[in-house]
Amino acid sequence: MNTIFGVPTQALFGQLLLGLINGSFYAILSLGLAIIFGLLNIINFAHGALYMMGAFVAWMLLTYVGLGYWWALGLAPLVVGIFGVVLERVLIARLYKLDHLYGLLLTFGLALIIQGLFRNQYGVSGLPYAIPPELSGGQRLPFMFLPNYRAWVVVASLTVCIATWLVIEKTKLGAYLRAATENPTLVQAFGVNVPLFLTLTYGFGVALAGFAGVLAAPIYSVNPNMGADIIIVVFAVVVIGGMGSIIGSVITGFALGLVEGLTKVFYPEASATVIFVIMVLVLLVKPAGLFGRTA
Amino acid sequence: MADTAAIDVAPIAAALPTRRDDKALHRMIFVGIALALFAAPLVLYPVYLMKVLCFALFALAFNLLLGYGGLLSFGHAAYFGMASYLCAYTAKSLGFTPELAILSGTATAALFGLVFGSLAIRRQGIYFSMITLALAQMAYFFSLQAKFTGGEDGIQAVPRGNLFGVISLADDRAMYGLVCVIFMAGMLLIYRIIHSPFGQVLKAIRDNEPRAISLGYRANQYKLAVFVLSATLAGLAGSTKAIVFQLASLTDVHWSMSGEVVLMTLVGGMGTVFGPILGALVIVTMETYLAQFGAWVTIIQGCVFVLCVLLFREGIIGLVAKLIRKPL
Amino acid sequence: MVGRLIGSVSLAALAGALMMGGASAQTNVKIGILGDRSGAYSDISGEGSVVAAKLAVEDFKPAEHGLKVEIVSADHQNKPDVGAGIARQWYDRDGVDMITDGVTSSVALAISQVTKEKNKVFIDTGAGTADLTGPQCTPNTIHWVYDTVALANGTGGAMVKRGGTTWFFLTADYVFGQTLQRDTSAVITKNGGKVIGSVKTPFPTSDFSSFLLQAQGSGAKVIGLANAGTDTINSIKQAGEFGITEGGQALAGLLVFSSDVHSLGTKVAQGLVLTEPFYWDLNDQTRAFSDRFSKQMKGNSKPTANHAGVYSDVLHYLKAVAETKSTADGAATVAKMKSMPTDDPLFGKGTIRADGRKIHDMYLFEVKKPSESKGEWDLYNKLDTIPGDQVFRPLNEGNCPLVKG
Repeated sequence: MNTIFGVPTQALFGQLLLGLINGSFYAILSLGLAIIFGLLNIINFAHGALYMMGAFVAWMLLTYVGLGYWWALGLAPLVVGIFGVVLERVLIARLYKLDHLYGLLLTFGLALIIQGLFRNQYGVSGLPYAIPPELSGGQRLPFMFLPNYRAWVVVASLTVCIATWLVIEKTKLGAYLRAATENPTLVQAFGVNVPLFLTLTYGFGVALAGFAGVLAAPIYSVNPNMGADIIIVVFAVVVIGGMGSIIGSVITGFALGLVEGLTKVFYPEASATVIFVIMVLVLLVKPAGLFGRTA
Repeated sequence: MADTAAIDVAPIAAALPTRRDDKALHRMIFVGIALALFAAPLVLYPVYLMKVLCFALFALAFNLLLGYGGLLSFGHAAYFGMASYLCAYTAKSLGFTPELAILSGTATAALFGLVFGSLAIRRQGIYFSMITLALAQMAYFFSLQAKFTGGEDGIQAVPRGNLFGVISLADDRAMYGLVCVIFMAGMLLIYRIIHSPFGQVLKAIRDNEPRAISLGYRANQYKLAVFVLSATLAGLAGSTKAIVFQLASLTDVHWSMSGEVVLMTLVGGMGTVFGPILGALVIVTMETYLAQFGAWVTIIQGCVFVLCVLLFREGIIGLVAKLIRKPL
Repeated sequence: MVGRLIGSVSLAALAGALMMGGASAQTNVKIGILGDRSGAYSDISGEGSVVAAKLAVEDFKPAEHGLKVEIVSADHQNKPDVGAGIARQWYDRDGVDMITDGVTSSVALAISQVTKEKNKVFIDTGAGTADLTGPQCTPNTIHWVYDTVALANGTGGAMVKRGGTTWFFLTADYVFGQTLQRDTSAVITKNGGKVIGSVKTPFPTSDFSSFLLQAQGSGAKVIGLANAGTDTINSIKQAGEFGITEGGQALAGLLVFSSDVHSLGTKVAQGLVLTEPFYWDLNDQTRAFSDRFSKQMKGNSKPTANHAGVYSDVLHYLKAVAETKSTADGAATVAKMKSMPTDDPLFGKGTIRADGRKIHDMYLFEVKKPSESKGEWDLYNKLDTIPGDQVFRPLNEGNCPLVKG
């Protein structure tokens, strides 16, 4: 058996694959966050809470309405997106002209409220949500047992990320969106309904978080704190990737998943800290992020 | 995206320069606070008061950096917490007397402030804040792992000790006296810093950094200096808290503690002198008296955040200052 | 007329004296339930502890013993300084005599110190740290329900005896997890087993896949989960995903409560082996209590071992106070509690040792297969009973200053 730095090669490939899978969660979440920041200039601290809502809506759909996983994949992001639209219209839109700080504080407060309400209602131990039968079981690869569901997560995540990127960069809709953020008055003068665009963008960004929540429900514990644990890491990913860069956040999400996976093999105790160390280094060397453009 | 500029806070503070009669008003407020501190333990529970004072000092230190330096640090818990750990450790395991333990804690915070600050100020705006957050996270993970911090259990049973080797602090009243002295000293020091030539340059840098540089001021040195000052005073608050409660734990270095101090400053009034004190009073009181409602505490805190950001951006004292048209 | 006036005045005075005399024969007792109502442990603590305490007071019938009991509660949010602050205030200002629940180890240690300072009583139910009856023991603290050593002896010892001779640990990288691994490893080697590997997982973590992969690769017969709460739930859920138990390895949960298993569901948790001192379905008495308990709980949840512990310790405390007729000296009340053997419908017969450790039997359980489970809370099969004097750490090994020699 070959070893690299004392770790069997087989085990290493297994861990890298797992890291990639984790990276897909980071990618979708940071994509949503980057869209909201890049296009709306709001640091959406409520992103974690909305990811949690996505998982809970999936659970509710199953328990109260009897609709399974595949329905949830479509409906839960929609529900979360609509909730996001309401939040944006009522609360967030008032802060566009102010400093980043206020958007962050507001969404932080919203996150506390949402998480607190769910905790009151559902407790903290978590609720059961099973892997859909079509995706259970796995493949016996030479270096590990790969659960089918995890492979699906990578596929779904990549598809959504690439589709989003294509829409934003390559379509007319995306062009309007990008123009609206650089010069809203001018774009509005051309007859484009800018406030509507901004609202829909926020809704889409959080719908992505909700989608990630549904993906997470079968494998992570569906509990009200699941968002709080992951949001700080996602922030780090967005900062490292470049706060306005869509493609940057996706690539960085996957890459950091890999780095985290490697750390778990060689120095597991540090796997939670390694992302922050990288964040500090990147901020000192290239503050706009690996793929970011300085304003 | 204007993320290179410093935080645009407290336009009131910038618009209203402090005049001589304002200073008289401030002097009266200081005397009023001193009297209130003297009388309060007759009515209120001393331990609760001490908690308010420690957090008020923490918030004042934070506000020095935010309101007057224009720098939003997301990781201030690092200085508060590391100081409290060092103070607890020296008091318990090395047998330091309380004043020496508090001094060691404060010195530790100053050191962390120097190291973290010199890394962080190389960047501006939101990137500065993100670096402070990342560094604070590393401090948290270090505290989780290091043997001397006791991990999840924290450092327990820290002795109150004898001040200067003679005055026993075991009695809550003696402890309260010490905390009052530390608080008043810290508050007056911060006031002095704000209203000194150093403070004026700081405000100039906050409002228009390029112009300040063009006038010959070395902005980075000033920013580092205020960062270290802020971290040191936050450390003083943390060390005092460790002796009062006789323990230091992970809560003190967690990012939610950093969030709480932001909340206190926001509620009280960013960029005002007295705002953070009121903010600390409000938040600590809320936590103490709402503890029986359990889960509702975080929800209510969230609502306070939201309301403050939408309606009371100047904070309570900021609003009062605007109404009486005097800087507070 | 003056005579009649004097007569009626003295009659009134006599009546007043009698009434006052009657009132002073009654002892006022105030119990504080200081637990986690909003955080990671709120399902084993929270409102349930208050309900359990109230049921204990109801069953004790304080009026018949000349006691008047009041219960207050608060949330320590898993923060030692919040917990210590509330305890101090309760003791100094609000006249609380006894605090129970506790739950989080770091908070429990803080409360224990404050209680010693103020000479009151602290009976911890849910905290795991064996230090409460070890180096940090005090004459005012009693440790009910379980501790990490008992769990190690229970699950560790029992599983090795059942053939689980090689172990791989997933250890949450903080003091609790490391202590659990250390104590369990000692028991494993003492019983002839071997620890072939371990990995430290950052605390907290939501994804255990890479650590589980390492555990799978090690080929150990048993994978020991030295973690708690959400970490345990996530590791078990993901172990199911990776087909760990189908691959022939057994999962041993070193700290698992019935509420955790309930949230996982039998499909995911089946086959999990764990040690608990209480299960709602153990016998008629536990079933009767659990029925009364769940009627008062949102979602009709059944009591966990922690809730049962609160019931049991409040009952015993009141028995002791009924005899001493005073709550002024906490250490004296605790001494009285230690002198009386315990007996309640939930834990059966037991004793409290000099170091404050409550001794009772513990049970080895295995989670049922879905086909065996007939209800939402029908979760455990009992595998074995571990006698109290074997499962807890021996008295002389604890380094408790109260124990001489």
